[in-house]
Amino acid sequence: MAKGERPPALDELERRLSEARASMDAKARGRSGLPGEQGGYGFAVRLSIELVSTLAVGVFIGWALDRWLGTTPWLLVMCFFLGAAAGALSVYRLTRSMAGDQDDVTRNGTAK
Amino acid sequence: MAAEGHDAHSPLAQFEVHTLVPIKLGSVDASFTNAALFMVIAVAAITLFLSLGMQRRALVPGRWQSLVELSYEFIANLVRDNVGHEGRRFFPFVFALFMFILFANLIALIPYTFTVTSHIIVTFALAAVVFVMVTLVGLIKHGLHFFSLFLPKGVPIALAPLLIPIEIISFLARPVSLALRLFANLTAGHTMLKVFGGFVVMLGLAGVAPLLVIVVLYGLETLIAFLQAYVFTILTCIYLNDALHLH
Repeated sequence: MAKGERPPALDELERRLSEARASMDAKARGRSGLPGEQGGYGFAVRLSIELVSTLAVGVFIGWALDRWLGTTPWLLVMCFFLGAAAGALSVYRLTRSMAGDQDDVTRNGTAK
Repeated sequence: MAAEGHDAHSPLAQFEVHTLVPIKLGSVDASFTNAALFMVIAVAAITLFLSLGMQRRALVPGRWQSLVELSYEFIANLVRDNVGHEGRRFFPFVFALFMFILFANLIALIPYTFTVTSHIIVTFALAAVVFVMVTLVGLIKHGLHFFSLFLPKGVPIALAPLLIPIEIISFLARPVSLALRLFANLTAGHTMLKVFGGFVVMLGLAGVAPLLVIVVLYGLETLIAFLQAYVFTILTCIYLNDALHLH
């Protein structure tokens, strides 16, 4: 970059920057999921947290509804199984997203 | 809250909250604690980092300014890629969230500091803010149609009574898993550091071995500090995207 001749130098820089960005974007497409959580251990931790927290939320909802409606313990039992199902479902979605279909990976994985 | 009942050398002693300045608001204990102090420090550090870094506003940035611009662009790209153009409006929120978690995690790596994000009440409060905001955004944008989130497309109507509660539970579990992930990673990491630190002291000369482990763990913890801030932020973006573009 020549001093004093800023505009052309900046144009040049801009061009090189956009080239570099394009190649980085292309590289990023090749990866899947949340980068860094792909390591086996990180993924396992993530799956277990997902499973346990979903189940815990289910149980808590059941317990709270039971207290409110006075139906102990039936809603707790029901919500336990619903929570377990929801946990299994989110784990299933996460693993399916790990297995493949690129673009929707993170989207299908964690949400919906 | 109290320190008693714990051995001072317990690996968990580092997570105890102490009152620094007792403040009583009516019957509410609003004391200024060490947790609050380190949150203030994190916010102050972010403010200094950003404002001093951008002070010169050079066309060709120096190192510090590059760091500031890098963090800005990193989050800007994250929001753009995951939420799309409509996400621009949420950039300040996402940026603030990322910087706060990142700085809280990084400051906690300095010995004798307090790990703010190792308290589930802190991470859960952050996750709850995200959750409430995302839900409100979805409700404002789509009205009652937002609840179609609970019934995946192409599901036979006979299965709806079973699937809707399941989907509601997994929707409500989002903030919990978000909070739990950050909390669990930070707590586990810092406890591990402390445990190995204890080994160094106990083993005397042979303590060199755990000392080497600590070096490795410390590097790992630095990675985790960045990674967990990033994961929290990207999940926020994904949830935002879900609320803005239903299916």
